[in-house]
Amino acid sequence: MKTLKTAVLGTVLAVLSGTAAFAGCGIEEGRVSIVGNEFPAIQTIAKAAAACAEGDVTVESNLTADHQKINVAGMSGNPAEYTTAVVANSSIVALINEDVIQPLDDLVAEYGQDIPKHQLITVDGKIMAVAFMANAQHLVYRKDVLEKIGMDVPTSYEEVLAAAAKIRREGLMEYPVGGAYKAGWNLAQEFTNMYLGTDGEFFEPGTANVSINNDKGVETLEMMKALTRYMNPDFLTHDSNATNAEVEAGNVALLNMWGSRTGNLMDDEGAEEEVYSNIAVAAPLTVGGSGRPATTLWWDGWTVAKNISDEDAVATFLAMKAGISPDILNDDTMSEAVWLMPNFEPAPVNMGVLASVEAQSTPYPMVPFQGLLHTALGDNIAEYLQGKETAEQTLADIEAAYTAAATEKGFLK
Amino acid sequence: MKHSSFFWFILPSAFLMLLFIALPIASVVMQSLYTSHEQVIVEVENCGPFGCKKSTTIDQEATAALRDAEPLGKFAGLDVYKDRNHLAFSEIGTAWVESDGLPDFGSALMNLPFYKAMAFTLTYTAIVTPLTIILGFMIALAINSVARMFRGPTIFFSLLPFIVTPLVGGLVLFWMVDARGILGTGLQWLSGDPTLSVKASTGLMWTMLMTYGIWHAAPFAFVVFYAGLQTVNQDTIEAALIDGASRWERIRYVVIPHLTPLVTFVALIQLMDNFRVFEPIISFSAEAHATSLSYAIFNDLGGETRLLSSAAATSVLTIIGVGLLVSPVLIRTYRDFDK
Repeated sequence: MKTLKTAVLGTVLAVLSGTAAFAGCGIEEGRVSIVGNEFPAIQTIAKAAAACAEGDVTVESNLTADHQKINVAGMSGNPAEYTTAVVANSSIVALINEDVIQPLDDLVAEYGQDIPKHQLITVDGKIMAVAFMANAQHLVYRKDVLEKIGMDVPTSYEEVLAAAAKIRREGLMEYPVGGAYKAGWNLAQEFTNMYLGTDGEFFEPGTANVSINNDKGVETLEMMKALTRYMNPDFLTHDSNATNAEVEAGNVALLNMWGSRTGNLMDDEGAEEEVYSNIAVAAPLTVGGSGRPATTLWWDGWTVAKNISDEDAVATFLAMKAGISPDILNDDTMSEAVWLMPNFEPAPVNMGVLASVEAQSTPYPMVPFQGLLHTALGDNIAEYLQGKETAEQTLADIEAAYTAAATEKGFLK
Repeated sequence: MKHSSFFWFILPSAFLMLLFIALPIASVVMQSLYTSHEQVIVEVENCGPFGCKKSTTIDQEATAALRDAEPLGKFAGLDVYKDRNHLAFSEIGTAWVESDGLPDFGSALMNLPFYKAMAFTLTYTAIVTPLTIILGFMIALAINSVARMFRGPTIFFSLLPFIVTPLVGGLVLFWMVDARGILGTGLQWLSGDPTLSVKASTGLMWTMLMTYGIWHAAPFAFVVFYAGLQTVNQDTIEAALIDGASRWERIRYVVIPHLTPLVTFVALIQLMDNFRVFEPIISFSAEAHATSLSYAIFNDLGGETRLLSSAAATSVLTIIGVGLLVSPVLIRTYRDFDK
């Protein structure tokens, strides 16, 4: 047993290396086990939480891009394997649906009075998560290319099309528009952005009945198809990483990209100076004159598992609170995300996300059946973009696929 | 072998097969017959860093009692099998009545996810299986006639596609056929079409996936046939030589008949493997052009809301499909055995 403990501690210490220790989390004993996505901001938090591992406290973390495939299973047991899951506003829904996370009201009342109110995520009045960063997709563009064609920074997708046409006409770039249009989750996300931009509603209010087969759905699909004419023909295989590679290669001048990923575009790694020094961010685009930004707002935050002892719940709460304390922000970590902590100082790279918040973009819906619609969207839109069927047929297919899935899950009769 | 020693000999493996094959299949069949309980949805207000918004959530307390009473879910019989995302009986019925002509019915059929996946899976199986066998046989023959001292390295190189992990092998090829990759650019040059892109065309993507399938599986057929070639009776070959048989005639009338049982074996394994085609679809990001039953299962379980019953039903359909596909070979083997 002793060797096991030493091994665990060793792992934790190895994780810790490179950060200052934030001692004194106020935990005496308990088990903390984190599951979450893998990107710099979450790694920073896991490191800071791991610093609470002293004495009888153990802190482990499993950060992986496949986190949402394992978090429900890992929290369903009793006791749960993971005492906390780091989630976003889309993935928290699966945890709430399966009833594996606990309301944090009592813990916040006793240990978390100093957490700013805007960081608390409440569902039906109960605190279910504590958010630490915001994210959104917004316009990223090449200053030098827009200067060459003598056009202003686009504010709508219509202007993007006009600029793209001019860039191609002047022979600057063959495929000037970029976007994560990979069939599946990414493509569904782009539809979601655009559809919200047309002021569309996904469901009949208060029900699980889908309602996207309408004029706004058609308008959304038509705009997406118009954009793809200016994209690399392989767009259906391009996720965010591949899209960014195209930008860094200097092939793309206008794209809708995640705020959390623009830092990679603006640093001096992987691209020529002409490319990275000319990358700039702007507010999210609108479509069709509705005035609503065609993007969704996201938060990332942490939860506490339901099936764990009170002692572990307290330890988890305190360790994660330490993980997102204002102290973790320093010169290295400040630009990793749009942090929600009060001492966050935005850098130019964060302006796109802040503009998205300011423009009152819609948060990605936290509806129990949104995930099913997302999957149905991702499976069916490609056929329309390939020109294999009409927009109406595609929308009907999406609705039918969603309805079958929602019936199976008990949301529809 | 005495019956009792046979029993003790087979017991450990029978037990493990029961535990790791039969029981999981039984549980998958069970799962496919049940769906989630009806969810009670309530309107709530959600608040966060971006303000408050009206939304809906599941009333956990309302369904807790139901869940405890029937933890498996609601019995649905074959409903999941019949729904649009699987066999889609009612959609097919409607399409049959409403379509004008067979082509129209065909395109309505291809619009249903299960049949679209089957179309690719069956084409893939029908093309990759025989070509793998032929290519594997040709490699075995070629290497068998290479000078002995070069055989070791040649065999190693021929086995490489089989050794490389499918996902990695697929990714390597994926980047090579990219419009800016070496193979992709080569294809554009060959065809004289600078806009040609393998990843953007369904036909080329299918060809790519099948080429990959053959490339990956041919070494397996090769190894089996090469082993078989070592057991060909040299006296018969010499006799054929003396009778003036050409190389082709020796292969056709001596070697191939000798290897027939191995062909059955390779065909059986390949039919099962190819029907479950999965890795190339992921590594080539081919979801937009080609799907398979295995991909459908992956997709059901990979979403934010997991569709367990749907994935279970597709798994059962896959098992039935493999069973149907290999049954002719099995029946034949059984008859040969009986003779």
